[in-house]
Amino acid sequence: MEFVQSAPIHRVLCADCGTPIVPNGANLCVACLRNTIDITEGIPKQSSVAFCKNCERFLSPPLTWTIARPESQELLAICLKKLKGLNKVRLTEAHFIWTEPHSKRLRVSMTIQKEVLTATILEQIFEIEFLVQYTQCPDCTRIAAKNTWRALVQVRQKVQHKRTFLFLEQLILKHGAQKDTISVKEVRDGLDFFYSQKSHAVKMTEFLTGSVPVRSKASEQLLSSDTHSNTATFKHTFSVEIAPICKDDLVCIPPKQARSLGNISPLTICTRVGNSIHLIDPQTLQLCEVNAPVYWRVPFFSLASVTDLVEFTVLDIEPSGPTKGKWVLADAQVALSGAFRSSGNNGDDVEMDYELASSANQIFHTRTHLGAILQPGDVVMGYHLTNTNFNSDDFAQLSSDRIPDIVLVKKAYPNRRKKNKTRNWKLRSIAKEAGEDGETSGARGVVGRTGGRDSKKVDLDYEIFLRDLEEDLEMRGAVNLYKIQKDEGAETAEIASRLAGGKQRAKGQLDPDVQMTDGVQEVDEEEADFPEVKLDELLEEFDEMTLQDNEVHPHST
Amino acid sequence: MATRLQFENNSDIGVFSKLTNSYCLCAIGGSTNFYSAFESELSDVVPIVHTTIGGTRILGRLTAGNRHGLLVPSTTNDQELQHLRNSLPDAVAVQRVEERLSALGNVIACNDHVALVHPDVDRETEEIIADVLKVEVFRQTIADNVLVGSYCAITNQGGLVHPKTSVQDQDELSSLLQVPLVAGTVNRGSDVIGAGLVVNDWCAFTGFDTTAMEISVIEAIFKLQGREQTAVINDMRDSLVDSWA
Repeated sequence: MEFVQSAPIHRVLCADCGTPIVPNGANLCVACLRNTIDITEGIPKQSSVAFCKNCERFLSPPLTWTIARPESQELLAICLKKLKGLNKVRLTEAHFIWTEPHSKRLRVSMTIQKEVLTATILEQIFEIEFLVQYTQCPDCTRIAAKNTWRALVQVRQKVQHKRTFLFLEQLILKHGAQKDTISVKEVRDGLDFFYSQKSHAVKMTEFLTGSVPVRSKASEQLLSSDTHSNTATFKHTFSVEIAPICKDDLVCIPPKQARSLGNISPLTICTRVGNSIHLIDPQTLQLCEVNAPVYWRVPFFSLASVTDLVEFTVLDIEPSGPTKGKWVLADAQVALSGAFRSSGNNGDDVEMDYELASSANQIFHTRTHLGAILQPGDVVMGYHLTNTNFNSDDFAQLSSDRIPDIVLVKKAYPNRRKKNKTRNWKLRSIAKEAGEDGETSGARGVVGRTGGRDSKKVDLDYEIFLRDLEEDLEMRGAVNLYKIQKDEGAETAEIASRLAGGKQRAKGQLDPDVQMTDGVQEVDEEEADFPEVKLDELLEEFDEMTLQDNEVHPHST
Repeated sequence: MATRLQFENNSDIGVFSKLTNSYCLCAIGGSTNFYSAFESELSDVVPIVHTTIGGTRILGRLTAGNRHGLLVPSTTNDQELQHLRNSLPDAVAVQRVEERLSALGNVIACNDHVALVHPDVDRETEEIIADVLKVEVFRQTIADNVLVGSYCAITNQGGLVHPKTSVQDQDELSSLLQVPLVAGTVNRGSDVIGAGLVVNDWCAFTGFDTTAMEISVIEAIFKLQGREQTAVINDMRDSLVDSWA
């Protein structure tokens, strides 16, 4: 066999160090190339990323703030975006090197390629250190700086309860009217909405004008003026007053006004408050609508509101013919709930008030507009006019024969309530500064956060509001309800039970089943016509809801 | 001895100068630094001629020559030709070549005995080369480059070729030239040897960027280390005597 010499490997000497190398474009060995040419030139070795400590977001240049987990793709993208010289080289790989979170440093290892000399591509791995700089994002600045408002909308309703504002909050949320609001503050009889621009406040005022009967007044305060450039800065204040009449309120219209409103009987019930006030005369089914300008020309007030309702049991009901929409006129025989119980239970109450005792077993005959929904045996809420004193001139002027003993207002569902079911839905809130004003309770949002003396009352209002939502399809349509997640369920159950506790202390008309449950065994059937909240009415939770999560339990501190 | 120099901040000195065993051509620059560098090495040995070729300074790429003669391209005008004839020793034949590939320095690489030429030069040119330069002519490529003058530098002592020249090619060229060859670079990794290096049997000039490592390669292959000019001339004289005797 012949020995074949393998071809000698062709080498040249590196021009710098003399190492034999395979000839390449630069005719330099890799080490010499690295030593002399730095392809990372022009790429800063240190940089910084802005991080908002409050909302834990990173600034993604130029303007957006994004939530990025440590060592995530998003954060890497933000870091790479900060580097200037990267467009001149090819980035092949980048990853984070672990750093102690408290060090406020992010270390990124990068591999880049660049063509050097002629037809020589050099690859280099290097490391960049990013300093995490704590800054405050504009959103947080807006929250933190409380005195930056330029315009203020003061919404007021001079009534005993807060339900209108609870409903209004939901309305605002549904229509996204809170978008530009800097902050919301609860004050006596209402809420203050703060804005950074006048136009936002005007928008809010217009929204309120469109959704509730209001009258508004604008005023401004001069902060500073520059006569040279002819500019001035103002603080604008819009005072918005909501008509103090709520759904299910008993209203006595001034006689003169009543005549102009289609000669309606003065004693009416408010069925709905939208852009205007809807009133019904339960005796005749006559309807009338009072819009805001008409109302504010001659304002009138409600005689009694929901908390004054008394529970009655329907003994007999007989439609008397006329119907109007969903209203059916009927003659009803009712008695006070608990009237036909053994007297032992209610003994104390009876002794306290002889007049009540005399009327306790009385059967009342009345006309009602609820003929369509009432059945004998139902429980119905109504105003007991015979043993109520009203401090109203208009009411006093009514001839006594025109005043019924009882005005029935709405059907009640005590058995359903007794179950004390946890709700499978919840509401959002616009409250941002939850917990900052101290202890408050429950899932309520902006209203009632001041806590203190009337926190129980607000709890009660909130419960009534939620019941109203459950019982009124029309009202429910105007707001967004959200599904409750499984783990949150327990939370709200706890709140509900606390609410129930509050109710028992409050005792009153609201929860007559407290009286009913002891002693007499009631039929425990649920009312079949209860307008249940259907699952398809509920919205899935969205991202914004997560903000609210920590608002749900501000009382944990 | 190898000397580093640059022509007007340019390291490609082979473009602006031509060096053989019997004369040196040098382009006219803004200052005489370039000329002075040659003069300090060569003044009392060979004539150094300032000239242009066809009005340009890139005479190193336009001309080809050795101890016996000088070939200039057709663009050379009469004055330049006359100047060269006047300045060069009488033993050096100056010949104008009517060749389409007029950059003769790029297409011809030669020492005093052998010339490598571009594969496409005319047959007449090839004959002129053989006659004027008194060499054997071979049509060759260096590392697949046809511009043999650009990619190699050869003397009677040795030769430096393009760094990508394979070992087989080097062996073949070496057997044609009868001198040792090495693949290497000048001007810190540049592979255009002809542009970065002018060399004769006893001295070499390289571009300013040439590294010590490259100079050591150049000195080794061209046998420049530790040799006196006179010793080299004596060698040459001996060989001349031998050939003529």
